Amino acid sequence: MYAQMIKSEATQEDPEKLAAFQARIDAGEKIEPKDWMPLGYRKTLIRQIGQHAHSEIVGQLPEGNWITRAPTLERKAILLAKVQDEAGHGLYLYCAAETLGVTRDEITEMLLDGRMKYSSIFNYPTLTWADMGAVGWLVDGAAIMNQVPLQRTSFGPYSRAMIRICKEESFHQRQGYDIMMKMASGTPAQKKMAQDALNRFWYPSLMMFGPSDKESVHSEQSMAWKIKMNTNDELRQKFVDQTVPQAEYLGLTVPDENLKWNEETGHYDFSQPDWSEFFDVLKGNGPCNRERLAARNKAWDDGKWVRDGLLAHAEKKAARKVAAE
Amino acid sequence: MSSPNAAYPDTPDQATKPKRHEWPLWEVFIRGQHGMSHRHVGSLHAPDADMAVKNARDVYTRRNEGVSIWVVEARHIAASSPSDKGPLYEPSESKVYRHPTFFDIPEEVGAM
Ligand SMILES: [Fe+2]
Ligand SMILES: [Fe+2]
Repeated sequence: MYAQMIKSEATQEDPEKLAAFQARIDAGEKIEPKDWMPLGYRKTLIRQIGQHAHSEIVGQLPEGNWITRAPTLERKAILLAKVQDEAGHGLYLYCAAETLGVTRDEITEMLLDGRMKYSSIFNYPTLTWADMGAVGWLVDGAAIMNQVPLQRTSFGPYSRAMIRICKEESFHQRQGYDIMMKMASGTPAQKKMAQDALNRFWYPSLMMFGPSDKESVHSEQSMAWKIKMNTNDELRQKFVDQTVPQAEYLGLTVPDENLKWNEETGHYDFSQPDWSEFFDVLKGNGPCNRERLAARNKAWDDGKWVRDGLLAHAEKKAARKVAAE
Repeated sequence: MSSPNAAYPDTPDQATKPKRHEWPLWEVFIRGQHGMSHRHVGSLHAPDADMAVKNARDVYTRRNEGVSIWVVEARHIAASSPSDKGPLYEPSESKVYRHPTFFDIPEEVGAM
């Protein structure tokens, strides 16, 4: 997902406090920033929300790549608005993380020097205009699968950020599918581009949910804390079930020979992605890892004089105000 | 309400952390279209109030969500603490007569 392979932190605290905390969560209460919470809950959430925020920000790069080359002025305006939304999503999430006792610049630096991760999906290149369709349809589609249940997460600020984000996401997926519909019903060359985009993004999209975590203790703890709402396999299955008919409507073929409707289970059977590729991408060896991190570092370094200058200006103004009082 | 540099004494790293030199955090309040009061919608960083309003417009009103924006620096907000919940709110629990349904008015009296 946008937050993948989040390890939950072990917690050694007063068992009575822990039990009271768990009871609040079980009763469906929201935990707010100033409430007592186990250190493990706090740390796991910083990691998860931070990684989610970084994914929104880094996720602007593969789509930003096509803004100047969108085929029409309307498509350009739409893509620009979509990418701008993702910047907003990053900001909502950074603010939620900040309520837990980190600052935005701090976790930004952790992204830039590789201590924190972002979703593996954004390490794949966007080679043709059809990729803008596939990304909106599949990548935003997979993100929605995860984000909709997270609206009910136990941590108040995270839940509120998710509610805002979900309101904006369906525009993202629809604009992507709209591009796919145009391409798939276009010239044979355009349809071929659409099929090629689906071929390249199908398995990386399935990887977004992370490897099976049925037996993971981390995932069990996170689910008890309601900061993870479903297992990775549940969400992946839901995504496949929803997406296959959409591909059929487009007249495109999902690149999986084993894909088949299973009468008994009421779900599609499908092939797992290549998990060794996933771990390799996480380690930094995907097609675009270096380029993405370099782009974020360059933006941060190039923007330093602006941040510093505006801060100096604000401090000077504040000092003058104090002097005048 | 967010306040990154204070108020989390139970985070061990927190006490030893030097204060960082960053743009301050602003809380954003938006008035929706319908004559409602301003509502807290989230927060953002900005060097000063003017920029905070501009950023709030970009971040929180991209789809006509507001007709008026307030921003206030997060460190200026005073908040009650969760541990005061009892002393602050329990006294009102026993005062049922503050609700109109406490009083039985005969039907013949009409709407009241
Ligand atoms: Fe997003
Ligand atoms: Fe999105």
